[in-house]
Amino acid sequence: MTEKFIPTLFFISFLVATTIIIVLVPEFREGVAEAFLLIISGNPEVTEITLRSVYISGTATALAVIWSVPIGLVIGLKDFAGKRFFKGLFNALMGIPTVALGLVLYLMWSSTGPLGFLSLFLSPLGIILGQAILITPIMVSFTTSAIEAVESDIKDLAKTLGASELEAAFAVLKESTAAVSLSIVGSFNRAIAELGIALMIGQNIRGQTRVLTTAIAMETTRGEIPLSIALAIILLVIVVSVNLIINLLQRRFK
Amino acid sequence: MKPNLGIWGIVITVAAIVSVASVAGTFVYLQISMRQKLVVATTTSLYDTGLLDEIETHFETEYPIDIYFISVGTGIAIQFAQRGDVDMLLVHAPSEELKFLQGGYGVNRKVFAYNFFEIVGPTDDPAQIEGLSPADALSRIVAAGRNSTAVWVSRGDGSGTHVKEKDLWAAAGFDWTLIRDEVNWFKETGSGMGKTLITANGLRAYTLTDIGTFLSYSAGTTNQVPDLKKLVAQAKELINVYSAIAVNQTKNPRANFEAATTFTKFLISEEGQEIIGDYGVATYGQALFYPAVDILKNNTDPTTAQMIMNYAYFDDAGTRTECPVPYRHRHPELYD
Repeated sequence: MTEKFIPTLFFISFLVATTIIIVLVPEFREGVAEAFLLIISGNPEVTEITLRSVYISGTATALAVIWSVPIGLVIGLKDFAGKRFFKGLFNALMGIPTVALGLVLYLMWSSTGPLGFLSLFLSPLGIILGQAILITPIMVSFTTSAIEAVESDIKDLAKTLGASELEAAFAVLKESTAAVSLSIVGSFNRAIAELGIALMIGQNIRGQTRVLTTAIAMETTRGEIPLSIALAIILLVIVVSVNLIINLLQRRFK
Repeated sequence: MKPNLGIWGIVITVAAIVSVASVAGTFVYLQISMRQKLVVATTTSLYDTGLLDEIETHFETEYPIDIYFISVGTGIAIQFAQRGDVDMLLVHAPSEELKFLQGGYGVNRKVFAYNFFEIVGPTDDPAQIEGLSPADALSRIVAAGRNSTAVWVSRGDGSGTHVKEKDLWAAAGFDWTLIRDEVNWFKETGSGMGKTLITANGLRAYTLTDIGTFLSYSAGTTNQVPDLKKLVAQAKELINVYSAIAVNQTKNPRANFEAATTFTKFLISEEGQEIIGDYGVATYGQALFYPAVDILKNNTDPTTAQMIMNYAYFDDAGTRTECPVPYRHRHPELYD
């Protein structure tokens, strides 16, 4: 019953927070006005940056799903030596500072670095891979907890119904769909809102690696405050919409 | 028999297809481009004012070369060049540039533009520095600072502007490493020009700024530094000289030396120099950068030419030159 209200509550609190900020910060009012103008007029550069952000972080999320959900499933279901170590490791890595990861990746991918031949530095592919690495611990940890929360008799039940080990594992995963999809959405939000990797690996090159966060940082340095606010609002709207959509989908499939 | 994996089997398969398709698509897109790639690390003042966007637009319509500008501080720009991650540098710190050339990392330095730094401060000018020489102005600021009537804000970040500030303190007879400890009136921000200006405005303090950033903050869509005004400008000590350096191909074989040469030639061409001289006039009513090539080559403005040569030229067997002969590589036409 309460779950039904979560999207509505979420949306209302977003509106309330925005209203408070708009009332308190005059620059934000101009920013909101400019944001609407930019979005309505379909400013090609803003559209391009927005699409690139969604594309890069969306691909990073899809890539991370391929390995993170199975890893989370294995850690959650199987008993093996070092299980606690891996759980602890992924939990600890959730908080890795993006600039630190960006710096390490730069040193590896730089021309003279050990993986320089891959030409990932200054490439959108580099940001995609970097963000996928960044969000892997988040996805793995949350998937693991979600799987562990499911009663083990579901797995046994599936097996008595003639399911293989793999099918039984996916049956458990299906039981924790709500929590796992939330971890995926949370990971996407972390990826699209991070600055360190996009800046360190992409270096904010116009038409190549400029994404919303790096553009916001740059426009602020340039003194174009209303434009930065407009871009920040677009970023917020994307994050909120993705959450809303996933909430609606979850209600649908309940 | 195919295992039945339900909804999550589909999700993971779709994720795999989407990511493979999109990574492969990007990869192919990056490979099939017929255009060459030129990666240029540039000082923030050239990029953040928007000048390089303008130059890029003109250059890319004329040449099959895509320029990737990376706008960073001088320190990391030189790191990038030493590691072979960029093909070219646009910088404004002659002493650092000479070290870079001497290290064998760069060749074919060309001076292409200049302008002046400015000392800005509170509109009521408590230290009374308006119109003074930089050295006198700094002395008065120190005196007023010690009386608690003025505050100085410093970049403190090792940028080209910070290097200049340290030179100015030395020229005014102060040891920068000592006065920076007088923290009651000497504040270091450790951040970029824009943030430093905002801090100076908030503290009603004096600071050294490049002309472009100050104009974009004070004359942009909204004046973000209403309590600051230009007080000392156009003095020879405040000159700021921008130069282009190509990364040495013999040291970094992957560097795109020919594209770097093409871009250097464009910057010093009549067209490039005209873009530099016109930039900002429509928006701010004044140019942000001045073209340097004609002044240096044809001596059309001997005073300014002398200033640039004293500040940004290096000694080479008894003569002053923008690029000593050992650091030139092919293309002698650059120095005709």
